[in-house]
Amino acid sequence: MTFSTDIETLAPAADTATDEKAAGRPIPVALISAVTVAAIIGAWAVAASYALVSPVFLPSPRQVVVALYNLVVTGFVDATLAEHVGASLYRIFGALIASILIGIPAGIAIGTSRVGRGILDPIVEFLRPLPPLAYLPLIIIWVGIGEASKITVIALSMLPSIILSTSAGVRSVSKDHVNAARSLGATRRQVLAEVVLPSAVPSILTGVRIALGAGWTTLVAAELVAATSGIGFMIQSAAQFLVTDIVIAGIVVIALIAILLEFLARLIERRLVPWAAHR
Amino acid sequence: MSILTFRNVSLRYPPQPGRKGAGEKRVLDGINLQVASDELVAVIGRSGSGKTSLLNLAAGFLAPSTGTITVDGAPVRGPGADRAVVFQDDALYPWLDARDNVAFPLKLKGVPLGERRARAQALLDRVGLADAGDRNIWELSGGMRQRVGIARALAAEPRFLLLDEPLGALDALTRTRMQEFLLRIKAESGAGALLITHSIEEALLLGTRVVVLSPNPGRLTAEIEAGFNAEVRAGASVAAVKASPIFKRMHAGLTGLIHSGDDEELAA
Ligand SMILES: Nc1ncnc2c1ncn2[C@@H]1O[C@H](COP(=O)(O)OP(=O)(O)OP(=O)(O)O)[C@@H](O)[C@H]1O
Ligand SMILES: [Mg+2]
Repeated sequence: MTFSTDIETLAPAADTATDEKAAGRPIPVALISAVTVAAIIGAWAVAASYALVSPVFLPSPRQVVVALYNLVVTGFVDATLAEHVGASLYRIFGALIASILIGIPAGIAIGTSRVGRGILDPIVEFLRPLPPLAYLPLIIIWVGIGEASKITVIALSMLPSIILSTSAGVRSVSKDHVNAARSLGATRRQVLAEVVLPSAVPSILTGVRIALGAGWTTLVAAELVAATSGIGFMIQSAAQFLVTDIVIAGIVVIALIAILLEFLARLIERRLVPWAAHR
Repeated sequence: MSILTFRNVSLRYPPQPGRKGAGEKRVLDGINLQVASDELVAVIGRSGSGKTSLLNLAAGFLAPSTGTITVDGAPVRGPGADRAVVFQDDALYPWLDARDNVAFPLKLKGVPLGERRARAQALLDRVGLADAGDRNIWELSGGMRQRVGIARALAAEPRFLLLDEPLGALDALTRTRMQEFLLRIKAESGAGALLITHSIEEALLLGTRVVVLSPNPGRLTAEIEAGFNAEVRAGASVAAVKASPIFKRMHAGLTGLIHSGDDEELAA
């Protein structure tokens, strides 16, 4: 389900035709991207090797790779990279499970019952626009500085998208699908379990994917503020000692994990609901 | 033998907020109709005459504003497996394969997995889709999808089949084959059938009885007995039946009835 918003694809056919005649075959987008990345790394390497910027601020790409290697092998602030990443992933998946367990029933309640919507709508609407770090201090007061506070904050940042995608999915169920079940003998419960919920799964999975993105952002931010392990904490500690190569290596790792999570979520969507594209 | 009865049924939709000429819309008025198990009653009428509303009443999706609808004397209070609906755009569940779609009503009844799959397969065999059980719904053609929809309705072992233009979306050739198919399935199932259709030809060919629904408000204005159904089941070819002079005469007569008072073009 990718929509091309590429201005070139949107251009009138005649224009594209003349362009292609002039330029031969069009250059693949992936190639343009690869060249851009190479150019940025190249410029970075040049700037670093001629010491255009102090190495404290900008270590060379080589230094960053070495730092990454050392992170993997020996680690930083009492833990290897794997341990830091493991601590972060533990938090995000713990929070994901909690927010799914709460968010899906809440979304169903909003999507199927007026009372449910009346009760839960204001709570969700209050929570949704709130930056998670705004309530982190309060959560720390309530549940302490340990794992529980971080998991709670991450789960809260994930909840709105899971609740809203569930209720949207529930409401998008086809009327014919519901009526078919009723005319084939389904009870109210069976309509919910056998028709409404399966219809909502694609929307719920989209919500989970968005939630993972939001949760990962919150996680790193929360670890910068209050943690003794985790990838965000690792960066924060490195920054305090001006170990810039580890800071940059950590940022790269955070980006890679975010991309990996997104990729995994899309893979699961394709595996679990191949029919979503054929509705 | 079961009987589905409409007695003095009328239906009004509440006024639509924000629409001009507000006031409730009278869609059906004074409907009296009976469908017995050995019948296939075909309802024809122009678009908007209230055919789907009539079927939705029989299905129990809607409640009549006045009058009563009964099955063997018991009032209809909502949808139920004794009146299985086949929808125009199939309403199959894309998250289930063809076999599990057919097995769906059995699952609702709590039939164990192995048994319901076997019974669904038997139904697929009957509708000529023996090899399609594992296929995804979106991989099936329109005609195959309607067969799955019909098999699913049959799995509920209904006393009545309610068919809302089940063949409306099919091309002419597929449609002819599906008409023969419908006749056979209907006869085998022993269920009564209420068939909504745009096509006078289809109504004449399939119906043991054809009723005409005239719009604004929808009333049953004509009712004729048709015997072509029996001829086809006795082995006559559909093409030959359609070509016979008597078929053509009845077709012309019905066309005149439906179009009386307007020159709007209707389906063949
Ligand atoms: N939910 C509704 N609320 C208000 N008016 C409705 C509603 N459903 C149908 N109508 C109106 O009732 C009339 C009959 O509708 P219905 O769908 O029963 O007609 P139909 O004969 O099945 O038409 P078609 O052949 O186009 O399917 C139409 O004028 C329609 O606009
Ligand atoms: Mg209709």
